[in-house]
Amino acid sequence: MRIGDAKQSYEADEAIWTSGTQKLWFGLFLLILLLFPFLADSYLLYLGCLVGIAVISTTGLNILTGFTGLISLGQAGFMGVGAYTVAWLSLNTGLPFPVTLLLAGLMAAAVGILVGLPSLRVKGLYLAIATLAASVFLHFIFAEWESVTGGMGGLSLEPAHLFGWTFQSDFMMYFIIVPLAVLMVFAARNVFRTRIGRAFIAIRDRDISAEILGINLLRYKLMSFALSSFYAGVAGGLFAYFFRVVTPESFPLSMSIFYLAAVIVGGMGNLLGGILGAAFMTLVPEALKLLTAALTPFYPDAPVFMSPMLEIIFGALIVGFLIFEPHGLAEIWHRIRRFFRLWPFRN
Amino acid sequence: MSILEISNLSLSFGGVKALQDVSFRVPENTVTTIIGPNGAGKTSLFNCISGFYKPQRGTISYEGQVLSSGIKPPRRAALGLARTFQNIALFRGMTVLDNIKLGAHVHMKSGLMSALAYFGPARREEMAVRKDVEQRIIDFLEIDHIRRQPVVSLSYGLQKRVELARALAMQPKVLMLDEPVAGMNREEKEDMARFILDIREEWGITVLMVEHDMGMVMDISDHIAVLNFGQVITEGLPADVQKNHEVIKAYLGNSDIESLRKKLNPEGEAA
Repeated sequence: MRIGDAKQSYEADEAIWTSGTQKLWFGLFLLILLLFPFLADSYLLYLGCLVGIAVISTTGLNILTGFTGLISLGQAGFMGVGAYTVAWLSLNTGLPFPVTLLLAGLMAAAVGILVGLPSLRVKGLYLAIATLAASVFLHFIFAEWESVTGGMGGLSLEPAHLFGWTFQSDFMMYFIIVPLAVLMVFAARNVFRTRIGRAFIAIRDRDISAEILGINLLRYKLMSFALSSFYAGVAGGLFAYFFRVVTPESFPLSMSIFYLAAVIVGGMGNLLGGILGAAFMTLVPEALKLLTAALTPFYPDAPVFMSPMLEIIFGALIVGFLIFEPHGLAEIWHRIRRFFRLWPFRN
Repeated sequence: MSILEISNLSLSFGGVKALQDVSFRVPENTVTTIIGPNGAGKTSLFNCISGFYKPQRGTISYEGQVLSSGIKPPRRAALGLARTFQNIALFRGMTVLDNIKLGAHVHMKSGLMSALAYFGPARREEMAVRKDVEQRIIDFLEIDHIRRQPVVSLSYGLQKRVELARALAMQPKVLMLDEPVAGMNREEKEDMARFILDIREEWGITVLMVEHDMGMVMDISDHIAVLNFGQVITEGLPADVQKNHEVIKAYLGNSDIESLRKKLNPEGEAA
């Protein structure tokens, strides 16, 4: 049972962590993140980087879809804009990666604002279709604007560099991706402690009353689009540096659906949910593959039997989570936390 | 002096005339009430004032300035016109505190960049708003025990009170209340009446309300306008409105007016 947490100031009352125990656990988590690349093998490191990129992009989409209530199927397109921006800049200029990533984010944000323009008039599924159209359009540009994007062949780029360091290995990339992911999740958390974040949620919950409170709908919807696609742009830029090749097929429509699924499975309008959703969507298919490998010694037919089943099992898992935990993975976490807070009593 | 003046306002939806040539005034620092049967156009009038409907003819003057139809709802909110809705329009998933803070949105300035960084100007502003909301509004409306609860979990009466709190956080000059005590029990109604009077007396805010509860309307209003079929039948002091034949007809039909007047005005029997 948690007791004695009366606060003396409003600052303490509105802090992200309101108890020492929470700070301790988070410190421990950061330590694990820091030590992970020294202990993990190359496969786990590779997965760690992928999860980091997915966390950034999912957090971005969560801001737009989970918190502002605007469904978007354009996330892969925005990531593509970021990736191509980084690729083009690294081929044509000698800029270091913090600058190229920032420009990738800004470029994607600009495109996001354009795509978001119809959102004042169209909502819900109609907006999903409008963003779908935008993503098809972006795919077309990636494939056809050969002088800039290299057409279907795409672009290959040099490793990220800064002050003479080059970030070639997954090990080095991990130290760009993960700190950036932590930083960007915190920045998103900060937004939802202020008037801007409250305005986003207000638009999601009841846009007419938002307007009566003096919230300019177009301004805030576009701001949400810009912020969300900035995150996608940075994630796309990291994707480009990580794989060092960018083609139109790197960002298919299924990727947008992947991120939407991550937001929904994790918990819409919950930043922790976005993180858990991103990890779930990235790691579960891999875990299923490992399971198949583990079964092979006992059932030699396992790969033959399992490999076509993987997608089905993955899909069934998603459906299962949606049925049994409609508020997402984050709700499971909240329930565990509530249990320990009230222990030894039951709620 | 009138803070709000409606002149010759007409609004129609296709063939339906919601408002016809409506004129009345809201004197400053009063509780002014619009009464009238269902469908008389009271809420339409509110929607015209807050900018959701664009009247075909007529003007709305606020503090001596004409509000043209180009002034959108958010701008009108910033000018000091706050309102609550007939069916509660709170943000259901948010806590009471966040709902009230949203009321202060127009008076805050932090942009996206300082929000992302939080520490610094954004935090200072948030804390100032929190302090103001706590000391000025949450204390006054006696809702400190529920500040952390999500709005969905609250009773109807408390939700109405939170909506009033949110409107007060907008620091309005005119507070428009659409049926503030509908569906409340006697105790909740008395609380709400007390809050409305205090808002006018202590805070100097002009209250414009739509209400059906005649007991409360006659008790706390300084000025009443009566609307029927989109037209103003009369306006004036509660006592005068109560005696008006047109009003009695609008409410009770055209039969035995004397006995009905007694029903409407029980104190009148002694006189």
